[in-house]
Amino acid sequence: MRSKIRAPLLALLIVNVLVMLLGFFTDAYVQLNILFIVVNVLMALSLNLVNGFTGQFSLGHAGFMAVGAYTAVFFVTKIYFAPGLLGLFLIGIYSIAGGLLAALAGYLVGLPSLRLRGDYLAIVTLGFGEIIRVVLLNMEFLGGPRGIAGIPPIPSIQIGSFEISSFYVAFFYASSWAVVCFFSLWRLCYSQYGLSFLGVREDEIAAEAMGVPTTKVKVRAFVLSSFFAGVAGSLMAHFTSYISPASFSFLLSVNAVIMVVLGGMGSLTGSILAAAIITVLPEALRPLQEITGVDLRMVIYALALVLIMIIRPTGLFGDREWPEIWRSWKTTRNLKKQTAAQKQSQSARSSS
Amino acid sequence: MSLSSENLLLEVKDLSIQFGGLKAVDSLNFSVQKGQLKGLIGPNGAGKTTVFNMLTGVYQPSRGEICFRGQIINRLKPHERCRRGMARTFQNIRLFRELTVLDNVLLGSHQKLTYGIFDSLFFTKKFHTEQKQNLDKALHLLNLFDLANKSELRAAGLPYGQQRKLEIVRALAGEPRLLLLDEPAAGMNHSETDQLMTLIGRVRKEFDLTILLIEHDMKLVMGICEDILVLDHGVKLEEGDSQKVRTSAKVIEAYLGIENEH
Amino acid sequence: MQDLIQHLINGLGLGAIYALIALGYTMVYGVLQMINFAHSDVYMVGAFAAYYAARWFNLESMPGVVSFAILLLAAITGCALLGLLIERFAYRPLRNAPKLNILITAIGVSLLLEYSGQVIFGADPKVFPEVLNNTPLFEMAGVSFKLFDFLVIGVGLVAMAVLHFLIYHTKQGRAMRAVSVNPRVASILGVNVDRTIVFTFVLGSALAGVGSVLVGVKYPKIEPLMGMMIGLKAFVAAVLGGIGNIMGAVLGGLIMGLSEEMVVAYLSSTYRDAVAFGILILILIVRPSGLLGRNQTEKL
Repeated sequence: MRSKIRAPLLALLIVNVLVMLLGFFTDAYVQLNILFIVVNVLMALSLNLVNGFTGQFSLGHAGFMAVGAYTAVFFVTKIYFAPGLLGLFLIGIYSIAGGLLAALAGYLVGLPSLRLRGDYLAIVTLGFGEIIRVVLLNMEFLGGPRGIAGIPPIPSIQIGSFEISSFYVAFFYASSWAVVCFFSLWRLCYSQYGLSFLGVREDEIAAEAMGVPTTKVKVRAFVLSSFFAGVAGSLMAHFTSYISPASFSFLLSVNAVIMVVLGGMGSLTGSILAAAIITVLPEALRPLQEITGVDLRMVIYALALVLIMIIRPTGLFGDREWPEIWRSWKTTRNLKKQTAAQKQSQSARSSS
Repeated sequence: MSLSSENLLLEVKDLSIQFGGLKAVDSLNFSVQKGQLKGLIGPNGAGKTTVFNMLTGVYQPSRGEICFRGQIINRLKPHERCRRGMARTFQNIRLFRELTVLDNVLLGSHQKLTYGIFDSLFFTKKFHTEQKQNLDKALHLLNLFDLANKSELRAAGLPYGQQRKLEIVRALAGEPRLLLLDEPAAGMNHSETDQLMTLIGRVRKEFDLTILLIEHDMKLVMGICEDILVLDHGVKLEEGDSQKVRTSAKVIEAYLGIENEH
Repeated sequence: MQDLIQHLINGLGLGAIYALIALGYTMVYGVLQMINFAHSDVYMVGAFAAYYAARWFNLESMPGVVSFAILLLAAITGCALLGLLIERFAYRPLRNAPKLNILITAIGVSLLLEYSGQVIFGADPKVFPEVLNNTPLFEMAGVSFKLFDFLVIGVGLVAMAVLHFLIYHTKQGRAMRAVSVNPRVASILGVNVDRTIVFTFVLGSALAGVGSVLVGVKYPKIEPLMGMMIGLKAFVAAVLGGIGNIMGAVLGGLIMGLSEEMVVAYLSSTYRDAVAFGILILILIVRPSGLLGRNQTEKL
């Protein structure tokens, strides 16, 4: 059993130590952005299962995040919440509840709509996402259009006289989810079981003829993806301390799609990198806004999306993962070295 | 060959389908015995592939009954039919193009998996043994078809003839009872075709297969099929051994009629 | 009863506008099998083109039919030009790319136009120039029929008639229909596919321009994000009628306009937008090819 969870635990440890070291040099603003990176990683990874691996184009990810966020917030604000370790535990339970409800929503949405393909599916998922938002707008006990404010942040934890600050607890909590999500998807997608997702993406008719229950596979991907989207939504709610239906607009779904596309559809490591880039980019472009006096960030963002599609349509990593890319880089570099060495020895021989 | 019902693998009764006003296949009756290699031939547009598509569940027949291994399978979806032991290849190759050769074959045996999401998440023992089993099987099959050294290549990168072979390997990976081959030799030259046919013969013995084969090339079919069904304009012209088909006036007319006009 | 007639008229007007925009979606889908997400923003740009033309020529000081025509012309020109640019620089490089990439590009272009619009035109709403008075024309059964109602429906009808003529009675229209059936065969037979696609974009965008002026006249508040919702609804209208089908877009637009008006009038205005998506989901699940669309089976 130990070998089965060693890698995930190691990953969790490493990112947490890194962030802890980083934490000494950063202010609250940077810390918040770090947390958003983790939320976006979770969002991008989960969407990649549907859009990248299974090849189904969903444009309604925000809707499932909304379900997860509202569920978790409902429990925290209306049912029961406590500070300290118990609070963290409760938040965990509520996140799972949010994820499960989002998964249920994913099932209900996916079952009828996954018969459709390509553009049609994109539009229908967009429609469902918007419907979820409209329903929330009309739910007075969830704040209606005003939303819910004052959502408690992830609590700090007191151990003896030592206090772990809210940020570190929050990061630990969020990164745990990211690690769980990453390793679940990795193990699933790169096993023979997960080949069914790829088969559906490559050729649905052939997959069906090979005994792959394509509809079931698609729904499965959709449900799992929605679960993690719901969890991501619950995290987002705690980090922003305020949610309203407007937080989960069409643009959030588009944002998720952009991350998946930029990272490479069918590349989990690519999604992580892209999520980090897309979260940091608007902040990095802030100086530009001060110089020009107008907010050009979103314009650049949109332009970048179009340019990526034209210049590098496969995204950063294509459908490959980081280790593979790293290896092929090393091989080409070695090859170049070898040929260079050969040339050198040849020229040395000819000169002598 | 006896015609007893326990030897019957596939029985098709009154199979018909219409596309708009066109009767693509009309009241077709035939059966396939266990262990048989049956040829389905006919001129272009005779409805051969349409028959395959109805057998495998891609098209829903407008009338008729398909009975496979003693059960009527009309209502089953393509993947359910596959799970009952029916595998096919496609006339215009449909591989999983961006996946490796090996992954293509593994997807073919995907239906045999008994482990679930849980097993693959926690690397259970069952997961490991099954992955290993299927991998060995896939490599064995690839070896048989001379594709083992290409197993890590992208399927789309294979030359045409090997793509056709890979489709057959993929279909075999699911250990089917009935293999439906849709023009497996299309686009191959003579020696390649001969090789392929010997291979099919070998595989048939090794896996105890029943094969239904669509082919354009009369000569080829005459050579290897024990039983031949001739289709034209969606209607059965003739059925029987190669001798009977060769001498049938109707078949000669359908095939040679065009030439006679010259 | 009076209310009902009034709502019917409003619904028809709204429907005509949806139909005009839906035609753009449907035509582009017909020739390229892609959803031109940016179409709704082309429409938005049309409204602003008219707005700036009005300021440039100081049209508000001389209201009348001529001024209205100038607005129309400005919007049509602006939209057609933009449609042409989008096709040339965003979609053409991706003509043979996977559908997903094209879809994402279309979303990107849409966002680009929206955000550029916010930078260039400003994010706050502007008042569309008033060049015509909404004079009551006549009264019947207690309902007063006003100019704008007829203007919207009338101009919409004329635009559709022109479109019909272009598609079914001109050479370029025939080329367009040929490309929509099979671009490869059409090109073998000597149809200039690129030019035909450009023509389609220009035509569809021009109709969006007409639509934008009609909306501006009837609901005189314009802003850079105005295209989002109306675009989605027009798209739903196109799908409802059967995407790729010209008559279907008109029919779908009218149904959408009427049903939306009725829901707002007799149920609740908060469900205004949910109606569209409800209809969309229903139609795609029950009859994905739309009311007038053909069923397509994939060939093996």
